[in-house]
Amino acid sequence: MSAAPQALRRLLSEIGTVDQVGIEERVAKYTTRSIKKKSKLFGLNLAVSMVDLTTLEGKDTPGKVASLCQKALLPHDQGDVPTVAAVCVYPAMVKHAAKYVKGTPVRIASVATAFPSGQAPLKTRLAEVRAAVADGADEIDMVINRGAFLSGQFSLMQDEIAQVVEACGNATLKVILETSELETYDNIRAASFLAMRVIRPGDFIKTSTGKTSSNATLGNNQVMLDAIRDFFLETGTAIAMKPAGGIRTAKQALHFLIAVKETLGDEWLNNQRYRFGASSLLNDLLRQLEKERTGAYQAPYYFSEAAEAY
Amino acid sequence: MPAASRPAKKTARPSSRELVFGDLWEFDPAPETADPKLKTKCDLFIHGQFVKPSAGKYFDSINPATETKLADIALATNTDVDLAYRSARKAYDSVWGRMPGAERGKYLFRIARLLQDHAREFAIAETLDGGKPIKESRDFDVPMAAAHFFYHAGWADKLEYVSPGRSVKPLGVVGQVIPWNFPLLMLAWKLAPALAMGNTVVIKPAETTSITALKFGEILQEAELPPGVVNIVSGAGETGAAVMGHPAAAKIAFTGSTEVGKIIMRSVAGTDKKVTMELGGKAANIVFDDAPLDQAVEGIVNGIFFNQGHVCCAGSRLLVQESITDAVLTKLKRRIEVLRVGDPMDKNTDLGAINSKEQLNKITELVESGVREGAELYQSPCRLPSKGFFFKPSVFSNVSMSHRVAREEIFGPVLSVLTFRTVDEAIEKANNTAYGLSAGVWTDKGSRILKMSTELKAGVVWANTYNKFDPTSPFGGYKESGFGREGGRQGLIDYCREE
Repeated sequence: MSAAPQALRRLLSEIGTVDQVGIEERVAKYTTRSIKKKSKLFGLNLAVSMVDLTTLEGKDTPGKVASLCQKALLPHDQGDVPTVAAVCVYPAMVKHAAKYVKGTPVRIASVATAFPSGQAPLKTRLAEVRAAVADGADEIDMVINRGAFLSGQFSLMQDEIAQVVEACGNATLKVILETSELETYDNIRAASFLAMRVIRPGDFIKTSTGKTSSNATLGNNQVMLDAIRDFFLETGTAIAMKPAGGIRTAKQALHFLIAVKETLGDEWLNNQRYRFGASSLLNDLLRQLEKERTGAYQAPYYFSEAAEAY
Repeated sequence: MPAASRPAKKTARPSSRELVFGDLWEFDPAPETADPKLKTKCDLFIHGQFVKPSAGKYFDSINPATETKLADIALATNTDVDLAYRSARKAYDSVWGRMPGAERGKYLFRIARLLQDHAREFAIAETLDGGKPIKESRDFDVPMAAAHFFYHAGWADKLEYVSPGRSVKPLGVVGQVIPWNFPLLMLAWKLAPALAMGNTVVIKPAETTSITALKFGEILQEAELPPGVVNIVSGAGETGAAVMGHPAAAKIAFTGSTEVGKIIMRSVAGTDKKVTMELGGKAANIVFDDAPLDQAVEGIVNGIFFNQGHVCCAGSRLLVQESITDAVLTKLKRRIEVLRVGDPMDKNTDLGAINSKEQLNKITELVESGVREGAELYQSPCRLPSKGFFFKPSVFSNVSMSHRVAREEIFGPVLSVLTFRTVDEAIEKANNTAYGLSAGVWTDKGSRILKMSTELKAGVVWANTYNKFDPTSPFGGYKESGFGREGGRQGLIDYCREE
């Protein structure tokens, strides 16, 4: 469709482009930061408090969701570890999660809108969102219509997001761009702006579903942080950010947080403005926290290691 | 919930739409602590041995970040320089000049590998002595120095391809004087091509940064390089003059200020010495309105604040297209706010110490002149250490071409911002300087990059990047930035006679 490149070009000439080599050089510098002692402890605790502890499997059961919730509420029985930000489950599991975490600081996030592909009629997708909210979801993680974006139908993509916003009611919305399917940094920046223009302050843009080969990277995280910064400075609206998928180690999480610190500053260093969509990350954070507390690495089986074992 | 998950304190929240780069998450010091194995007394390296200076005199080398003394450095007099030249001549005649290239290559490979083996020591020594951040000496200076030896080691047995159709012969003894901004790297840039080609060398490191050069003598001993092939003599201007002026030098190579370069040029007038000069610069970094701005800003920062701006090819004049000047300046200031200035030994430090008191005074004087002449000064809000030589990252806006800060090389973390409207104006302003070492162009338009690179009178033109170096890529200047090239095939030609 010939509309696509023109629409994209018009948008990019307004919001600016991204140079791949340059941005990857920038983010490589985050990985040379050396976080020690108290600052490490602070960063690790902060990261724990930002985790959306996730299970999104066809084999999920109420029992598995229950143990995920227990883990979210009490990540570790040693030390003074905060609870995670939220549990993230499929809509069918929301009511099971609600039994355990309603009334606690841990929120319930649910992927909806025919996650992960989004390939269902809009009516179905909106109904799914309403059902999840009715069952008790505090947050909805939706996927954008990548087909619409890539074919240049930007208003269709935005209209759909706007309707999901409406269906959310009071629930916080996270808009998944699925960066690996957008392919270029220019596209990620463009999609970020399109989404931010129709969501509410405090809603999120999110990198990925975790269901494709490539997920959150420091590069696409940076493109989106830059977009959030530019949008905030232009409009005063603060949008939150959630990288998801592929962040498995504490060290990686700290690199992402350094990117936040140096791009958006202190106001985004909290779980209302920044989240990690992850499952195995939590145990590595705990392992590192225990290492800081006791001076020694603990065996994996002290941390209910596998996600399946929660 | 823990304190960590709450938003930053209300008091830190500004009334306007601004970002807060406060102290919510301070980084603890992360100092590099390994032992650099420094000697407290550094002697001259002549004929493969560390020897005391003939006059018995030493001078202090201090750590510019703490102003404490690191070592006594031997002061070479004419006698010592003469001894060095005699040793180099002998080594050239009896061993090095007649050694097959493949054999010379083996020595160079060995030196490169040993430098890698001792990389950590050298990085720390470089930072202690020169003030540059440890992450730069660790990730740039030392690996790049090793890369130059590797690259030229590869050339040593392929010299017949340096100048196709002609054969090349070494020159003899080469005298070299190097600056204080990249002490070890400049030593590698100078030594590697000279040695690969079969020359022997007398080299003088800068007065304030002799430690890594003399430490490099230990590498040469470990590599069992034949005595006299490389001789390292430390000292100040007089020693440098002796090295450059010695009658036995078949070629001299100098990297340093244009001022000293001119003095050297006068001194060698009337001799048949071959000369290369790598001198000052006042590079234009040109940003067009279609450039990816965040990456351009990153390049601007890298261009002027890399190594505290002690870089001859630093992008010290920023030329911004008029329509995006405000946007670029705002982004630039925000980026500067998160640069970490301080202890060079801290792994998180982005800008370290100014190399010497003298250089700090020069920077201060030029910045004062900028303010006096009416340019608008912005400085990072960072706190500087109370001891040592430090200068805040600084940006002058509203600069015009007649201001001293737009014409003179500051050699510090000071950027002068000028504006332009058209491509032609950008080219004219960029070329309106006595220098011509490097330039940067930032644009999404490929054809414009090609046009700019042919019209800019600069030895290196970087497109959508800045301060990129590689042993294979020749580096050198136009006009008062010098002549001759270092690196690549072109760099080798400057160390040989073509027949």
